[in-house]
Amino acid sequence: MLTENEQGVLERLLLREEIEQFYYHEAALLDDRKFDDWINLIADDIHYHMPIRRNVKFGEQARENTSSLNEISWFDEGKRTLAGRVRQINTGIHWCEEPFSRIRHLITNVRVVGVDGDEIRANSNFFVWQNRLQDEVNLFVGAREDILRRDEETGWKIAKRLILLDQNVLLAKVITTFF
Amino acid sequence: MASLVRSFGDRSLRSLVDLDRGLVSREIYVNEDLYKMELEQVFTRAWLFIGHEAQVPNPGDFVVSRMGEEEVILVRDRKNQLHVFLNTCRHRGMKVCRYDDGNTLVFTCPFHGWSYDTDGRLVGVPYFDAAYKGDMDKSEWGLPEVAQMCNFYGSIWATWDKGAPSFESYLGPYSDTVRRAFQSSDGEDNGVELFNPVYKWRIPCNWKFPGFSFDGDRAHAAMTHRSINVAAIGPQGDAGGGSRAPIRAPFPYTDYEMTVPELGHGGHNAIYEQPGLAEYRDTWFTEPGVDDYYRAMREKKREKYRGQYIVGETALIWPNVNIQPHRILIWHPHSVGVTESWRAYPIDRMAPQHVKDAQRRYMMRYGGPCGLTESDDMENWNYASAASFGTVAKRYPYNFMMGAGHAFVDEQRAPGMTLNYEVAEENQRSRLRRWLEFMEAGSWEDIYPVNPVSPSAGEATKSKSKVES
Repeated sequence: MLTENEQGVLERLLLREEIEQFYYHEAALLDDRKFDDWINLIADDIHYHMPIRRNVKFGEQARENTSSLNEISWFDEGKRTLAGRVRQINTGIHWCEEPFSRIRHLITNVRVVGVDGDEIRANSNFFVWQNRLQDEVNLFVGAREDILRRDEETGWKIAKRLILLDQNVLLAKVITTFF
Repeated sequence: MASLVRSFGDRSLRSLVDLDRGLVSREIYVNEDLYKMELEQVFTRAWLFIGHEAQVPNPGDFVVSRMGEEEVILVRDRKNQLHVFLNTCRHRGMKVCRYDDGNTLVFTCPFHGWSYDTDGRLVGVPYFDAAYKGDMDKSEWGLPEVAQMCNFYGSIWATWDKGAPSFESYLGPYSDTVRRAFQSSDGEDNGVELFNPVYKWRIPCNWKFPGFSFDGDRAHAAMTHRSINVAAIGPQGDAGGGSRAPIRAPFPYTDYEMTVPELGHGGHNAIYEQPGLAEYRDTWFTEPGVDDYYRAMREKKREKYRGQYIVGETALIWPNVNIQPHRILIWHPHSVGVTESWRAYPIDRMAPQHVKDAQRRYMMRYGGPCGLTESDDMENWNYASAASFGTVAKRYPYNFMMGAGHAFVDEQRAPGMTLNYEVAEENQRSRLRRWLEFMEAGSWEDIYPVNPVSPSAGEATKSKSKVES
């Protein structure tokens, strides 16, 4: 018989395990180039936002990441544009992904930081490796702050994703993958 | 590697650029010595785009920018004057500013503590009295400042060469194009601001791949961008086959490559069959309310330009900036095989928020390193550059023959311009011709024309443009 406290710990562990498995599944879809299946994990009302990271003076960290309200970001879009990206990759004539790059998503440091009804807030870190043609390599390291929504079909849908890429000048010529 | 560069004024460079036949040696895109020579011969002489006054609206505001490989600071001093300084301490070279932008009273070097006022004066030196004992005159050790700066309807340009002609002369027949690009959509001068911040990203290719291609390579679009319409990123969404460009309703027109060979500038531009501006046609089907704004603005602009023929909506301004309505594209040399691409997006300063948002989102999904259109350009420039470095590859010149010998002029409808069929390489040949002139020249006095009279530099331009130096 578990104590009330142990029951709470177990529930949290199970939830984290479920979220981790969801993230590994998502990463596998991207790495296996199953983009249509990946876009099916995206909620219709998603806000997918990767701000630009500024170099700012101490004390001005509030404006380190560009705002979705009135500034320029690397990505700041909804499902319509994300789905357009998937359709473009799937043409086979999107030259910067033809032939496909070898991309691997490593997702770590998963934390469930809030539960609100059928939505949870989860943070994680990513390390994305891209190897293209012979020797082109791009590394993308950063953090994600998600809102995930329970879904009967897919388990979860991604309802909001803030992606903090740890770069200022983007060191890759393009970003063709998803985070 | 044997140096191709023997001395300034050496005519051996001519063997690399045969513009009559349209043959250009790959060396000029891959040779390290020529690249270093470009930094001196081109990028310390030419007028370069720095930014916009709206990026630094208040005294003490600064934003870092770039000229060639080197970082500069655009700053508004406490007396409201704009300056462009090299970002390096005069003592031991440390960057005096390591922030992208901000507001400051002084730039204090974190190495030994020399500090500079926002007007560039050296105002603080630790141990000044005790150690220098009066031997150093601080007034001689301010931040290095550009030789000339021009505020052209809000856009800021600069050159390190005091012998360079005035910016308007430098622009020549394209000065009206640049002026209009900084108008709000109702045709009011200095009517825009830039979205913050500027995109900055690295492309593994020589800067001339994007720099000399943009607004001069219409032949690439059908092949490079074959996959874009499926994404339907244009303001009209799926309507019209998913075109990435807004729907327009121009007057009957013919498109041409339109260049100024003696200055190196050029764009893809239309000659319209009738004067004035065409009516606005709705295109923002994906963003309610945006068309209402642009339609009203267009009506004001149509009134303003009634009876006037408008020639030249976009231009690549030699050497590395493309000015278009709603976007400014800059390609900074970073090394012989790497370009640091910068992208700024002007927007009507007085536009309502929903219009600014719509335009901003469209620009983000259209271009830059995460934009759906230009990602395929980057792949092509990347591997065209990579495949040009080889010993054998360099034996084969690039082919710039398209339309060579078929250029013509139309002084009445496009004064000062040289025209060619809309798919040609006339604009690129102009840039290469100007490149050769800059690379051979000992000084601006050798670079013809030294001070051409701009046919478009009217009185209005002179009175409204504030030129500071």
